[in-house]
Amino acid sequence: MKLIIAIIKPFKLEEVKEALSEIGVEGMTVTEVKGFGRQKGHTEIYRGSEYTVDFLPKVKIEIVVPDDVVGKAVDTVVGAAKTGKIGDGKVFVVGLEEAVRIRTDERGDGAI
Amino acid sequence: MKLRSQPISSWLKIPVIFFFLAALSPLFGQDEAPPYESYDAFAESGGFALFTVNNLWLLISAALVFIMHLGFSCVETGLTQSKNTVNILFKNLFIVSIGIVGYAFYGFNAMYPGDFNGFFATGSWFGVDNDDVTMMTDAYAAYTWWTDFIFQAMFAATAATIVSGAVAERIKLGSFMVYATLLVTFIYPISGSWQWGGGWLDEKGFYDFAGSSLVHAFGGFAALAAVIVLGPRSGKYLAGGKVKPILGHSMPLAAIGVFLLWLGWYGFNGGSVLSADPRGVSYVFTTTTLAAAMGALSAMIVSWSLLKKPDLSMGLNGVLAGLVGITAGADSVSMSGSLWIGLVAGALVVFSIIFFDKIKIDDPVGAISVHGICGIWGTVAVAIFSDAAPFGIQLIGALSVSALAFVASFALATIIKVTTGIRVSADEEAEGLDIGEHGAEAYPDFTPAHKG
Repeated sequence: MKLIIAIIKPFKLEEVKEALSEIGVEGMTVTEVKGFGRQKGHTEIYRGSEYTVDFLPKVKIEIVVPDDVVGKAVDTVVGAAKTGKIGDGKVFVVGLEEAVRIRTDERGDGAI
Repeated sequence: MKLRSQPISSWLKIPVIFFFLAALSPLFGQDEAPPYESYDAFAESGGFALFTVNNLWLLISAALVFIMHLGFSCVETGLTQSKNTVNILFKNLFIVSIGIVGYAFYGFNAMYPGDFNGFFATGSWFGVDNDDVTMMTDAYAAYTWWTDFIFQAMFAATAATIVSGAVAERIKLGSFMVYATLLVTFIYPISGSWQWGGGWLDEKGFYDFAGSSLVHAFGGFAALAAVIVLGPRSGKYLAGGKVKPILGHSMPLAAIGVFLLWLGWYGFNGGSVLSADPRGVSYVFTTTTLAAAMGALSAMIVSWSLLKKPDLSMGLNGVLAGLVGITAGADSVSMSGSLWIGLVAGALVVFSIIFFDKIKIDDPVGAISVHGICGIWGTVAVAIFSDAAPFGIQLIGALSVSALAFVASFALATIIKVTTGIRVSADEEAEGLDIGEHGAEAYPDFTPAHKG
């Protein structure tokens, strides 16, 4: 079991979700987040004064998949979220100890 | 909106109406409005139909001016941070309410004693005989006494609400309530009586149709003094002269507010004709609209070329600048004059907002620039684009009303500052006045019990 955390451009969320559904990923948690990497921020103007926006809006997707699906899921996210321009985001994969489905008390892969 | 009982209705002379009304009343056509024994007698008289139309238009206008308070609320809320929204709206609700009640108890009588009431307003108590027939007939004016009151009360409340945007996000609620009450109840009628009450400015030939000076410059310069006493919002002006903008949280609200203010201005200026005179009202509608539109275009172009970006909030301020500018001369300047007034006002407001930021006068909504600076511009523009009054008198009038507002506001704010304090603590300012002053939130984002 692995936890895949993907930080992507917000407008790519639908495509990523569709692509993951197609390979059988059945659930995900999505959060609106802000941050910066190499893309850095940009300058905006408000009533005559300039200011820099350092934190850009992104969407964070968290999905949990069995070990044998991890490679395919990561490839799918990368494929769907890529625009080729700076600011496309990152994917992190983290080992996961346990998962529980609250309704049935199932454990492990069965709970995903 | 000069004197409240002036002879009205040049459109009486329109032949069709003349014959229609003349057929109804043998009294028609006399210069002096006839006295009536009772309201019923008046209702049967020939002037009643016209009186009804006039009175209705003034009431609609009063309602339109009332809607301006919703406009002010939206603009102020939109151009400030979400953490101060409850506070802004509370202040706006308070001001319109205290403005009207204060005007009922004191202001109306102080401002309009019927004839000249001296350099300083001293009015009678609310001693009105509701059975006095003259109060509800054309022997009083083109409208009833009550219409007169409610229309003027909405104006008074407007003058005070201008300040609230400029001092937003850092003034103590209680202190502001005391300040606003004293300002709208006791100071506004003083300068109001100078002109509309038939005081010394009126005698000098000053002209301020609907209040570029008496309402707007008054509010703008009262705001300037209050902001000087209060100081800027913390974090706005950084060392080295850099300005760190504090972003408004809802541009849609700001835009709604400006559109509502534009709508309300048809009552503000249109009602100030003080009758439903077709020529007067339609002319005022036209000049008002042209100035507003030109103000918007002018501010858009100036801010775009100056700041390299098309700035929405500047365009919105441009609308208000044009409207404030045309208010003094809406009935007297030419149509091309109204375009020029809007053009200059729209440019002026952009430069003024940037200038006040440079000298560290922190005005979140641009009220000082919109109402103060463009109020003075509109007043002197009357002399430039019409022959209603000479330039010198217009300048004297605009400056003396502004000076009174500034000095009185400065004194009030200073007294409050040294006694009860005028500013919230730095911690409260950082956390937001909604929690600090009201213990409430405008947008309770995380309320899981109410979801799903």
